[in-house]
Amino acid sequence: MKIALTQERIVFALAVLLFAGFAIVLPNFLTAGNVLTLIRGVSVLGILGLGMAVVVIGRGIDLSIVANMAISVAWTLDMADRGVPLGVALSLGFGFVVLMGLITGFLVAYVEIPPLFATLAMGAFIYGFGRAALLSQDVIQMPAHAGILNLAGTGHVLGVPMPIILLAVASLLAFLFLRYTRPGRTIYGFGDNLQAARITGLSVRPMQVAQYVISGIVAFAAGIITATAVESMNTRIVNGTLIYDVILVVVLGGVGLSGGKGGVRNVLVGTLLIGVLLNGMTIMDVQYTVQNVVKSLILLVAIVVDSLVNPRDEQTAQQGDI
Amino acid sequence: MRSRVWFGRVLPALFGITLLAFGVARADGIDDPLRAPTLNAFKGKTVAFLPLSMGFDLTEGWGAMMKHQADELGYKFEIRDPNWNTDAGAQALTQLISEKPDIIVVHNPDVQSYARLLKKAEAAGIAIIQVNMKSATPTQYYVGADWIGLGERAANEVVKACAPGKGPSTKIAIVQGALTAAASIYQIKGVDNVLSKHPEIKVVSNQAADWDASKARAVTQTVLQQNPDLCGIIGFWDGQDTGTGAAIREAGKTGKVFLITSGGGAKSACENLENGTFSADTSYDVPGQGRDINSAIRAILEDKAATKDLRVVLYTPLRVLTKADVKPGACWTPQSLFE
Repeated sequence: MKIALTQERIVFALAVLLFAGFAIVLPNFLTAGNVLTLIRGVSVLGILGLGMAVVVIGRGIDLSIVANMAISVAWTLDMADRGVPLGVALSLGFGFVVLMGLITGFLVAYVEIPPLFATLAMGAFIYGFGRAALLSQDVIQMPAHAGILNLAGTGHVLGVPMPIILLAVASLLAFLFLRYTRPGRTIYGFGDNLQAARITGLSVRPMQVAQYVISGIVAFAAGIITATAVESMNTRIVNGTLIYDVILVVVLGGVGLSGGKGGVRNVLVGTLLIGVLLNGMTIMDVQYTVQNVVKSLILLVAIVVDSLVNPRDEQTAQQGDI
Repeated sequence: MRSRVWFGRVLPALFGITLLAFGVARADGIDDPLRAPTLNAFKGKTVAFLPLSMGFDLTEGWGAMMKHQADELGYKFEIRDPNWNTDAGAQALTQLISEKPDIIVVHNPDVQSYARLLKKAEAAGIAIIQVNMKSATPTQYYVGADWIGLGERAANEVVKACAPGKGPSTKIAIVQGALTAAASIYQIKGVDNVLSKHPEIKVVSNQAADWDASKARAVTQTVLQQNPDLCGIIGFWDGQDTGTGAAIREAGKTGKVFLITSGGGAKSACENLENGTFSADTSYDVPGQGRDINSAIRAILEDKAATKDLRVVLYTPLRVLTKADVKPGACWTPQSLFE
């Protein structure tokens, strides 16, 4: 039996290789504590990756995911700080991401704006609107009475940090949704071939809208974890490279940007590779700028190897493939 | 005869003059000849403020104080907010140079990006005040922390806390900000100045967190995992080191790892000292810096020609705050700035 060298397997092999290498070279790398720290460090990235994957599989992309996360959670914390009951503040924050997801989905599905532009504009809008109308500070501190919420970012279950548990739960939910539910299969359907899906009778447009609502809700959950871990929400992350990292773990793991391909496992593999890299380099005290060089080199290697073993197929290649 | 004249005319006259003088003094006072020209000097002038970004304690504090003085003295004050974007900042600065305000107050994102533009602005006759983060180009005024001195202070505190036999080990970690920012480049120089004289202190990690609490938390968590006996951490900004402190707390080492950081001394600094997130916080006193900036603005507007060739450096007096210093009024809030 010949095992096909898919991108997922290549990246997984790279991650295992690196992991083994670090485990041999670095004395404290292969301890339970460090492995948990490693996964924990990338768990929010992984959760965001899952939300992004749902959209990418449906041949979309959500560039507004980080803005959605930062503004909705910052607004929630700000309201709670000003005396709004925590439950109400959380519901309003949740309502915010759902509303933004509906707008984005409407723009993509019904107005038929390409997702790249629709979400780019929505991301800028959400951030701008949030900073101008909802928030006066760019870092919102966690109010002291939000105690129970803190469990999401700092709690432990049987010694495993909560963010890892939540990543596992999110992965399971995403897996079940994509694999076994009708809406999940519909996403693969129109992600692979939109026209064919529509002719077959799948209700494509409502599901496209739902995709962006899902990624919004995922963003809100990831934001709550981030905020409770450091007791504040920093809206500046919208200007940072987080959105590229999210796309990186999705694409690196082998969820094709042309849609219809990949799943939860791909996202987890991509996340794992980045996690191992970051953790190992921090332990070795590699300089920050050098870390970026190494990260991009590994990405380039993964892409080059993939294009060598999986050459572009002229028959199935679609216009708009990235 | 003579005495009658004295008593009859001179004395009453003197008495009358004295009364008159008192009367005049009571009714009119005397005018300060410097007042009118001084106050008139501000009319029609413009001061522009180009921060890294608005929306956080330092820039909001300086901005509020500058605006307050502008309203009081009647000159125009405007803020150009590039929102952490260096390109947008450079563009705003270019735009400002063509608009020719009297003064630009600049908060540099790093030592290089605005260096040439600042030279150009001064050549165009605009006075430049740099705040807290210096550019490679020296300009008329610098108001802000002495970063090298601040780094030396922080290192000295850690050396004291982690001297052999005092802490769990002599291992320390450093969490820098953005590597190219003045606050990081100069501060690390100061830290090195001290640590080079203390070979017993071992730096196990020296990483940058880009002024971001989440990054600081992730780095610190890994470092603590590798070095459970870590003794101290030097953080480069309290806004980012809430993340460093969160990692320490999560490892259950609050109070056992000595964390010293620095910042503008806002309310959140006191809160974090009180709950043990920070062991010490060096304050560069934003209200004090605001007053220094305002004095610099006044001096330049009053006599631009005379101050043209000045090169003034106003280092802010620093103060190391610990839990013991947390008292009402020790840290500032936006409300307390004008009380």
